[in-house]
Order: sequence, then C-alpha cells, then structure tokens
Amino acid sequence: MVTEKDVEHIADLADIGIEEGGLAPFTQQFNAILGYFDILDQVPAGDIPAHAEVNVMREDTVAPSLSHDDVVRNAPASENGFIKAPRVMQ
Amino acid sequence: MTGTLTFEPDDPINAFLTTCRKAEYNNGPLSGIPVAVKDNISTKGIETTCASKILKGYVPPYDAHVVSLLRAAGAAVAGKTNMDEFGMGTTTENSAFGPTLNPRDTGRVPGGSSGGSAAAVASGMVKMALGTDTGGSIRCPAAFCGIVGLKPTYGRVSRYGLIAYANSLEQIGPMAQSVTDITKLFSVIAGHDPRDSTSCDRPFSHAPSADIKGLKIGIPDEYFGKGVDPAVAGIVRKAIAKLEELGATTVPCTLPSMQYALAAYYVTCTSEASSNLARFDGVRYGPAADAKKSWHDAYRDVRRQGFGPEVRRRIMLGTFALSSGYYGKYYAKAQVARANVRADFLRVLSDVDVIAGPTMPTIAFKLGEKSDPLSMYLSDILTVPANLAGIPAISVPCGISEGMPVGLQIMGRHFEDERVIDVAYAYEQAVKA
Repeated sequence: MVTEKDVEHIADLADIGIEEGGLAPFTQQFNAILGYFDILDQVPAGDIPAHAEVNVMREDTVAPSLSHDDVVRNAPASENGFIKAPRVMQ
Repeated sequence: MTGTLTFEPDDPINAFLTTCRKAEYNNGPLSGIPVAVKDNISTKGIETTCASKILKGYVPPYDAHVVSLLRAAGAAVAGKTNMDEFGMGTTTENSAFGPTLNPRDTGRVPGGSSGGSAAAVASGMVKMALGTDTGGSIRCPAAFCGIVGLKPTYGRVSRYGLIAYANSLEQIGPMAQSVTDITKLFSVIAGHDPRDSTSCDRPFSHAPSADIKGLKIGIPDEYFGKGVDPAVAGIVRKAIAKLEELGATTVPCTLPSMQYALAAYYVTCTSEASSNLARFDGVRYGPAADAKKSWHDAYRDVRRQGFGPEVRRRIMLGTFALSSGYYGKYYAKAQVARANVRADFLRVLSDVDVIAGPTMPTIAFKLGEKSDPLSMYLSDILTVPANLAGIPAISVPCGISEGMPVGLQIMGRHFEDERVIDVAYAYEQAVKA
C-alpha cells in the first residue's frame, strides 16, 4: 500500500505535481494497479538474465544535422539564438 | 506521375488532428495514394502533437524515417491521426483533442491507441495508414474497426522520428482495409536504418500467398479463457476452423507465463515512459516554462498542466517502479517475467508455425465504459504478449458480434512477418470468395 504522502513524493521525483483534489482518487487508483502488479511476486526465480539487452556501440561520425534555426524554432523562449531555460541556482 | 492531392474529407468521427489540404506526391509504388500518419510520428513542417497539450504547436524540423520512405515511394501524406495521448490507452479517449468515434457505431470507441488511423481507414477517408503498436495499439483498433493491422517483428521498421513512449516494445506498422494493401505499405517502410540502433536489415518484398496447406497452428488455452467474451471466442474458433478447411492443422498449446504478462508489460512500459517523457519540460518545445521560477517548480507546473491524467499516472507508476527500494520488486521481476513470456513463445513456435487467437477479448467498448484505469489495462491481455516477445502479429477481421467487428490474431516467429501475412491473406481470400 502506498499512502497519499508516498504519492506526493513520487510526484515530486517525477516533477509532475498533482492537481488540487486529485490526491485521494489518484492514490486509490495507484494502489489498485500496484495490487495487480503483485502477481509478479509469483514469477519463478530463474537463471534468466534480467538484463538480456546489449548496447550497440559505434564510433562517432560526422553527418549532416539540423540547422541552428530549425532547432531553436520550436523553443517557447529564446534570445540571440540561445534557448532560455529556468534558473538552476536560486 | 507527380502532383498535388486535395484532401478535405468530412471527418465527423474526429479521426484526424491535422489534414494536409494540398498533399504533394511523386512517382513510386504508392504514387498519389493518400496515407494517414499517426500523430506520434514526426512529419517535417506538419504539426505533430502526440494528441497532447504539451506538444501543441510543435512542428518537427525533420521527417521520421518511415515518412521519408513514404514520400520517396510517392505517397501523399494526407494528415495526422488522433490517438491516445503519447499512445497511452486502448480507446483513443485519452486524446487531449477529444475522442475518435468508431465509424461502425459512433457510440463506441475505435480502440487505441492508433484509433484515428483505424477509423480513417475503416470509414474510407484513406486507403492506408501508419500506426504504432506498443502493447496492441495497431491490432486493437484494427479489430474494433474491422480492418487489417500488422505489428511487425521488433527491429523490422525504423523507429527514428517516432516520439518514444516505450522503446523496447514499440513498432511502427501498416493499417489498411486489405492484406494486399498491408503488404504494399509494409514493403515501403521495412528495412535497415542506421539511425535506429535496434533496426535490422530485413526488408520486405513478399507477395502474399493464400496457400497454407500443411501449416501447423497452435491454439493457446489462455487466449480462450477467463475474461474472453464467449461470443468473440466462438467467432474466432469458427475462423480457425476455416483455416483448417484450407489445409492447416491445429494443436492445443499453453503459454503459462501469460498470467503475469500484463503486469510485466505495464511495469516495463511505464518505467520506460517515465524516462522518455522527462524531455517534455517546456524548454525546447511545448508551452513555455516560467523562466523566473526555479527549475523544479517551472518543470512541475508545465508538466502538470500539459499532460493528461493517464500520462501522469503512467509516468508516476514508472517512476515508482524504478525508485530505490522498489526496483527489485517491480522492474527487475518484470524483466524476468518478460524473458519467460519470450521463452514460452519460442518453445511453442518451435513446434507450430503460427499461433492464433482473438485480438481483443471483447468487441469495441461503449464511449466512457472503461473509466477505471485498471479495467482498461486488463483489456490488453491478448495483445501485449507479442510486444514482450518481439514477435510479429497481425489482426484480420473475422466476423461480427452485436453488430461490431471481431479480429483474428495471428502471431509468428521473429522475422516471419511474411507467414502471418500469408495466413491472414488465406483467411481473407477464403471468406471473400
């Protein structure tokens, strides 16, 4: 069981927030879904690797890419060709 | 033949989010054919929103690989189709721009998440469309709308330019009214692309054959068990009997890992989504983050307002499944379960050529019927196993229950998309005759 406090913590980790009045129903749905996930406890512990995927590596190569203008065009705020972002330091 | 196609369909079912009124086309195998593209596939110069407020107004500066291939094959990109936001849903009701309605019965959903593509094809607005399938999102709407939809083998179609939801599960695939049109579209989009590191060099150039004499079909108990509407199961059994008449043999089989396939799927896809969707922060695209606020506060405000409830739910479920203290219980276990599902399919498919069953456990839901998230998730039980295993799967219409279409699902071995296509073609030609 996760509590409303746990859900607030997860929302904080995910930078996603919770709308007003949404915490109680969200917590209830969350618990119903996690309850269903409990069936994974019955998965037999086998010697199947949990990480079967392999990384495909390659050397970096120079190739045509997007123009500077194209990249900045969708940014909601830019200045002198730079994308504006919120402050990281207080 | 080159030219401009005027595409201005009446769209009372909200299948399209964007239509290209003047769609240019060139010479090639698809010359002049209007093709609809799901709105999570990047189209240069055409707004691409994933049916989300957080991408409203986003115009990609480049084409997805499949869209480049469509254009090179002469197709006219007719428009962008509605979907569940970021592909998260089974009904297309989770679109920020209103649901798509099922053209067969506008009181019902078209299925999802590629509901707009399926409805556009089923209503005749276009002959073909591209969808994407993460846990059934091509096959479910194909079944609910009465068209054909193929989820290719993982790696057969490049995902470059597909706005990612769950990379390890999803594939772009063709949707059309006939199996022949499926093969026409698939032959254009399949093949290697170095820009997708999971892409394989397996192009497609197969003309469908209706000869299935001697084919061995596995019929899993789990696909006809609890939760499957008996009327739907009966129609699918009749369709399989038709395949036997055509010379195929059937054997019962079991896939014991099916019992935890759905949980493994939802843990995996939400975990991948929580990472993939971190990029939507109102900085490079989307609604502006308040630059005066601190990083976290600005992020949180943009994401709370920009994402719909189902997307926020899945991001949070994934964040939880990957968080310290829970990773072992959820994500790691889900990967073991996923490997078991794959092993089950490989074992069965070493004895039989294909596996057949229903695509969906029921006919299309009524609008609003699946308001509880868990009950919506449960309806994906018959489609998610193919994504977990990475195998090809096709849905072909096989009958009508309560006035609504039912889909027959054929699953095959890795890179044997040709064979599942042939089985679907054999069935389609037999019932057409």
